Amino acid sequence: MSPDTSLPMVEAVGLTKTFALPATALFGKPRSVTAAVDVSFRIPRGRTFGLVGESGSGKSTVAKMLLKLEAPSAGRLLVEGKDIFAQTPAEELAYRRKVQAVFQDPYGSLSPRMRADRIITEPLRAHGVSRREAEDRVPDLLRLVGLPPESARKYPHEFSGGQRQRLAIARALSVDPQLLVLDEPVSALDVSVRAQVLTLLREMQQRLGLTYLFIGHDLAVVRYLSDTVGVMYFGRMVELGPARLVLRHPAHPYTRRLVALAAGDAPLGAVRMQGELPNPLSPPSGCLFRTRCPYADATCAARLPEMRPVGPDHLAACHHHEAVAAGTKAETGPLLQEA
Amino acid sequence: MTLPNEPLLVVRGLNIEFGPPERPVRAVADADLTLAPGEILGIAGESGSGKTTLCSAIMRTLPRSARVSGRVEFAGKELLSLSEREMARLRGRDLSMVLQNPMTSLDPLYTIGNQLEEVLRERRRGGAEVRPGGAVEVLRRVHLTAPELRVRQYPHQLSGGMRQRVLVGMATAAAPRLLIADEPTTALDASIQDEILILFRELRDTAGSAVVIVTHDLSAIRRLSDRVIIMYAGRIVEEGPTAEVFRAPRHPYTRALLGSLPRIEDEEVVLQPIPGQVPDLARLPPGCAFAARCPVALDACRTERPQESTVGERHRVFCWQAAAGGAA
Amino acid sequence: MSATAEERPAGAGGLLGARLWRSGAGRPPLLATAICLLMVVAALGGGAIAPYVPDEADFTAILVPPAWAEGGSLAHLLGTDQLGRDMLSRLIAGARISLLTAGAAVLAGGTIGVTLGLAAGYLGGVVEAVIMRIVDAFLALPFILMALAFVAALGTGVGNIILVMVLTNWARYARLVRSEVVSIKKRDFVLLARVAGLRPRQIALRHILPNALTSILVLAVLDVGRAIILESSLSFLGVGIQPPDVSWGLALAEGRTYMTVAWWLTVWPGLAIVLAVMSFNALGDWMKAGFDPRGRL
Repeated sequence: MSPDTSLPMVEAVGLTKTFALPATALFGKPRSVTAAVDVSFRIPRGRTFGLVGESGSGKSTVAKMLLKLEAPSAGRLLVEGKDIFAQTPAEELAYRRKVQAVFQDPYGSLSPRMRADRIITEPLRAHGVSRREAEDRVPDLLRLVGLPPESARKYPHEFSGGQRQRLAIARALSVDPQLLVLDEPVSALDVSVRAQVLTLLREMQQRLGLTYLFIGHDLAVVRYLSDTVGVMYFGRMVELGPARLVLRHPAHPYTRRLVALAAGDAPLGAVRMQGELPNPLSPPSGCLFRTRCPYADATCAARLPEMRPVGPDHLAACHHHEAVAAGTKAETGPLLQEA
Repeated sequence: MTLPNEPLLVVRGLNIEFGPPERPVRAVADADLTLAPGEILGIAGESGSGKTTLCSAIMRTLPRSARVSGRVEFAGKELLSLSEREMARLRGRDLSMVLQNPMTSLDPLYTIGNQLEEVLRERRRGGAEVRPGGAVEVLRRVHLTAPELRVRQYPHQLSGGMRQRVLVGMATAAAPRLLIADEPTTALDASIQDEILILFRELRDTAGSAVVIVTHDLSAIRRLSDRVIIMYAGRIVEEGPTAEVFRAPRHPYTRALLGSLPRIEDEEVVLQPIPGQVPDLARLPPGCAFAARCPVALDACRTERPQESTVGERHRVFCWQAAAGGAA
Repeated sequence: MSATAEERPAGAGGLLGARLWRSGAGRPPLLATAICLLMVVAALGGGAIAPYVPDEADFTAILVPPAWAEGGSLAHLLGTDQLGRDMLSRLIAGARISLLTAGAAVLAGGTIGVTLGLAAGYLGGVVEAVIMRIVDAFLALPFILMALAFVAALGTGVGNIILVMVLTNWARYARLVRSEVVSIKKRDFVLLARVAGLRPRQIALRHILPNALTSILVLAVLDVGRAIILESSLSFLGVGIQPPDVSWGLALAEGRTYMTVAWWLTVWPGLAIVLAVMSFNALGDWMKAGFDPRGRL
């Protein structure tokens, strides 16, 4: 049954996830923390969607939902048109073959007691492939990710960080997935190794037609792989659009700051981002960024901005994006929270 | 007491080895460096480059199994031969450090104020000239918002960036002559990283402290430091003024490293990975450790270790190609 | 049991051993290991290596001092007790009983505790709550008291003693394993195993248990010492091993009356207990140092 190619590979509609905190008082409502609110995006088949954000932005939560490691509190997540949280167990197992992941920590992603070939064949075995058949694929997979064939008999601690990530990629590719969730896959690697793994990922995508959800905090790295970029702040999507547009003509003040910081040649102190992230237990009223935004004014504290078009296929959640872009908005912010 | 023109830190012929003597791991080999008072030096390198081991040697925090030889002179004192007690006195006062992980460097059981006061007390007792004001003043100096509130809070109530600021405050309370920062911004978000780097710059500008920042984040080094040292497989391969080294790197590794950073060219993002891997420090090849991966390696590079050559104003490099005036 | 022999990660035991050796904890504590081995040999060798039958009385050689003391003889290296029984042979026999009961208790208690702890940690929810409350109950009671109560109910005898020790012991394993499981569950490779499609039982047996194994092993080794003390205490109080079987604790009790005239009746069993416990503890500590934190890959 060939997939309907007119459908996006992934479609997220209003994803929200709140976590209940353990009750601290004997009576009274248990408090909750919102990790992500109303997150929506689309990933066309064979393309990369880059999700950018800092700690507390909710990007990892989105990744976990796509991997069905967490269930959303609200909203829907459709893969190839079907709601992944309305699956039968058999459909879920099939889904687990379609979607694989590579995580950030090369030292924690591989079970220290398993040999490399066992690590690579584990997903295949979980799907009922015989041991013989699974092991036959190991040399090809190792070659695919640029590891020598004798790696198969080694244990994780015998590999360097970059090699472990390659091993993790080989394992993820072993079941011929169509979608890869990459959560900061190169952030923990050395600079030159980062380049190697990124090149590998790009090659794999071109060769195998994979769809990627790429999560990162380094804009240049995200830009390297992504076609579309979404910027998250404190659980919400604040900007969304083609990578080229978002990173060269950012509309949201947060994105603008991030891009300026990432430019690398700005002298120290030329671009400052004041303040700290707000307390997740008492988020600010109105726009969540107003406690750090230089352009914040009363409107920002009064109303939460929705995502609105700021260019072709380009959305941003800011009341004043036009004035900011034109340079006519006065810097009256930030508006700190009342204690 | 150093005269203004005398270097603050001089390292000569530093060698650090680990492991069995028959097959040692040479974590640092033949390292030389000089640091003037008030200078900001960046040491860049990847895993296995030896940069962290080098700094641990200066701070004398290496494990006992390390075999160290060479000279490390700080303000005229030979650090490697000091007793632990003398070293402890020095560490509190003239020599200070900020480490990588702000999550684990603070005791979770005591308030920020408590821990700061403890540090200040110790410094005063050691005879250091502590800058005026108590814990609140320290926090204000590192631009922590609402310092009066923070002193009563516990570490887990602060974010990573805030904690790192507290640690920088602790390390600089007595205006040390030298501050060593080991990957101070790696665990932090991009928007916070600059703020910490700015603190180091301010420390130098207001108190005249010298700063050594050890990191693999090249853009941090480029923005903060006056001079940079590039290390590879335990050796220094290039050293020079930051702007010059970044603009026109002379060592092929430096060039390759800068080339592997993703950069925007026209509409595209390009990066050039370095083929191969860092060699095993216990099995280093003869000659230049980078030769196997070097695009311009000469025959001599594989057999003879490159000697130091000067390629510019205070700019030196360890490379046969560069010594011959070779271009990329 | 879904994990067949071929599915088990290759060389888990070998990897453990290799890791210990390679770790920075250095070589194993020689004296302690030697003593432990000696005791194990004595326990297994039993009657074959003892010079005399341990409960064979010889009224011609009552209260003979050890060989090097005045009045001693080489026929009885460590002397004899009030019934002319050879102390060395009694020690060896005692080793057999003490180590076997301790070993069985640790094995059985450990297996039960680990299984329940694994279930509690991995399944969570009601299962975890119920199991952990039972664990709390068992841990709250002082073990000697509990042991005495169980003995009163079940009676003495080697089998019952082992049962008593299992009952007082299993809870510690359960608690340890559960907390290990809870932290291992969050690690990336477990998440990735879920993503790969493995079912909960496969994940628990293939990933979680082996990674908790090092802690369990350390606990078990330290536990042997504890079990020896427990058994010795019960036997000393008269509610453990009964004559004609011999255990160190029992020998201690029997020798008490003659302590002032024949020191060797109490010193040998006492020394044996102390050395055994200290040696197993030293071994356990060395294993703990070797496994963690460096072992935490």
